[in-house]
Amino acid sequence: MSTGKIIRKDGHYAHHFESAEQEYTSSKQGVWLFLSTEILMFGGLFVAFFIYKGMYPEIFHKGAESLSWVYGAINTAVLLTSSLTMALGIHYIQKGKNSAALTQLIITVLCGAIFMGIKYIEYSHKFHLGLYPGQMFSGETGGVENLPLYFSFYYMMTGLHGIHVLLGMGLITWVAIRTARGDFGPKYYTPVEGVGLFWHVVDLIWIYLFPLLYLVE
Amino acid sequence: MSTAGAGHNYLEHGKGLMSWLTTLDHKRIGLMYGIFIAFFFLLGGIAALLIRLELFGVGEMFTGAEYNKLMTYHGAIMVFMVIVPGIPAILGNFFLPLHIGAKDVAFPRLNLLSWYVFMAGSIMAVCTLLLGGVDTGWTFYTPYSIGTSGGVVLMVLAVFILGMSSILTGLNFIATVHKLRAPGMTMNRIPLFVWSIYSTAILQVLATPVLGITVLLLAMEKVFGIGFFDPALGGDPILFQHFFWFYSHPAVYIMILPAMGIISELITTYSRKTIFGYTAIAYSSLAIAGVSFFVWGHHMFVSGQSAIAGILFSLITMLVGVPTAIKLFNWLFTMYKGSVQLQSPMLYAIGFMFLFTIGGVTGIMLAVIGLDVHFHDTYFVVAHFHYVMVGGTLMAIAGGMLHWWPKMFGKMFSEYWARISYLFIFIGFNVTFFPQFILGSMGMPRRYHTYLPEYESLNQISTVGSWLIGTGFLVLLGVFIHSLMYGKKASENPWHSKTLEWQTTSPPFHENFEETPVVTAGPYEYR
Repeated sequence: MSTGKIIRKDGHYAHHFESAEQEYTSSKQGVWLFLSTEILMFGGLFVAFFIYKGMYPEIFHKGAESLSWVYGAINTAVLLTSSLTMALGIHYIQKGKNSAALTQLIITVLCGAIFMGIKYIEYSHKFHLGLYPGQMFSGETGGVENLPLYFSFYYMMTGLHGIHVLLGMGLITWVAIRTARGDFGPKYYTPVEGVGLFWHVVDLIWIYLFPLLYLVE
Repeated sequence: MSTAGAGHNYLEHGKGLMSWLTTLDHKRIGLMYGIFIAFFFLLGGIAALLIRLELFGVGEMFTGAEYNKLMTYHGAIMVFMVIVPGIPAILGNFFLPLHIGAKDVAFPRLNLLSWYVFMAGSIMAVCTLLLGGVDTGWTFYTPYSIGTSGGVVLMVLAVFILGMSSILTGLNFIATVHKLRAPGMTMNRIPLFVWSIYSTAILQVLATPVLGITVLLLAMEKVFGIGFFDPALGGDPILFQHFFWFYSHPAVYIMILPAMGIISELITTYSRKTIFGYTAIAYSSLAIAGVSFFVWGHHMFVSGQSAIAGILFSLITMLVGVPTAIKLFNWLFTMYKGSVQLQSPMLYAIGFMFLFTIGGVTGIMLAVIGLDVHFHDTYFVVAHFHYVMVGGTLMAIAGGMLHWWPKMFGKMFSEYWARISYLFIFIGFNVTFFPQFILGSMGMPRRYHTYLPEYESLNQISTVGSWLIGTGFLVLLGVFIHSLMYGKKASENPWHSKTLEWQTTSPPFHENFEETPVVTAGPYEYR
């Protein structure tokens, strides 16, 4: 990262810091700590996933058959692209090219929207077949006992992830507006970088969800 | 220290309610937490007194259903809204930045947000009363919590939100300790209170998210019937217990570690002697925090986990005794040949050491699987954790509040009445909870609203004790109110303490210090 002096546009930093550099590194540490809580929260879901996968391997096999790996793969590509554009957005702000950065941030939000759109198609297809979670399940089990549990995992994991995608889109829109307003530049871009880190973690979680839910054997 | 040019003290910096509700000053936020945590402590305390009243005799005052609700609210309020946030949010907020020579915490706006989140969660928790209340106990064990009606969903969402507040506070403190220490304030010079709050913050950040997902899954279970914890759908209720205790055992150390930090400060200050074994006490906090993640299974010795798991959890649990004993012996050696002054905060500290030792040693007993099978779900367990949580944490809060009161408000309090409060609380505590050890070893089960006639006399003693504790806390409240109204002006450093917070005015400036202090020595340079 840049080692130059980081200052906001108005040249100030919050009163309780000794320097802008100190404010920057503190903020970044705060973001990393927050991201560790996200990992631990999803971690609980992953642990439950592996416990039940050990108990009932057949429901995960059968359940994965009802998902389209094509949709999953497209969404993976979309999110990976969005991570690239997010990183480029930060890069351009560091270089002082705010309008180029703004374009990248907008593409990132659009990628998030495409991802959610595809998720909408996937969800509605499953609702149509009655593939609801747990108790509400009304589809075909194909003779596999406890199959509805698979869909509980599917909706919990992709649902919680989807909420994070929406949150991320909101946050990126916020930094995009501030970028357009000229709040950021080579000397001050802390919020963009923080939001970027969040977006990468959301992306990373999907990288694990995709094989576990769609490609599992 | 002159006040020229340094501006107002933090209480006079801005007037009116809005200046408090929008404040970014860590000291004011600490006090705002203090007011409401004290209020919730009153609510939880009233529930406790009613529980003891019901148990005064074999006869029924409340129905079983009402008793279950009282027990749930006592537990949930005391854990999630009083003891977990208590020391970090009140004293930690107020003194952590002062202790390390900072102007504020790293993220003041986030700090204020944590308070609002805490208030939102607390109000939600209390609102569950309007939905018919919650009768699951504070642990929300499945499958009972799935089947029962009432406000369980709202309550667990409240717990989720309170957890968010706890995470944000912890995150803020870690960054503050890492980044905002004054020049010369190395990690080996930060006061032991800061070390304990720092260790606690790590637990808050790393353990609370797991509680978050647990209660979220429970809420989804109740709303959509997802089946993770429901055997009818292939789920496993024991998984809930694992998840729950994976947070809630570290949470026990979230409750006790800050108390140990307060005790370290009190013992060294009132013994007029350098703390014995600074490094050992500091690192034992981290050790306790680390080990606490691997002991959750000792809550589940009779829940149906494997014998190997039981043995491992039993051994690791006993391991917690080592860093804990390190602290205790270091405090004792600090007092040894010190000029011990029995001021009221020191009385509370000594009371802490006495009660916490009993709580800790009975904890080791409960870690022994054979004994635990006998004691599980009896009053022995109730007595054990009250000796730690009340005898430990609440005694430390009381001692810490008295110790730092002159700094927080610039007013002295009545030492005589503070000692009276100590006598009531200390004696009352033992009268209440020691008989419960005996009742438990006689086999009296916990959580019931009635009992066999042979348990009656000891239960009556216990209930009388609860009145003494209640009186003690009322006296303490009186001491504080009297001090605010009529207290003599406090000097900068009435206890002749060496840590940084005592080197500024009482009460401190808005920005804590006239100029950023430069630290050249450790925190306890007595002799």
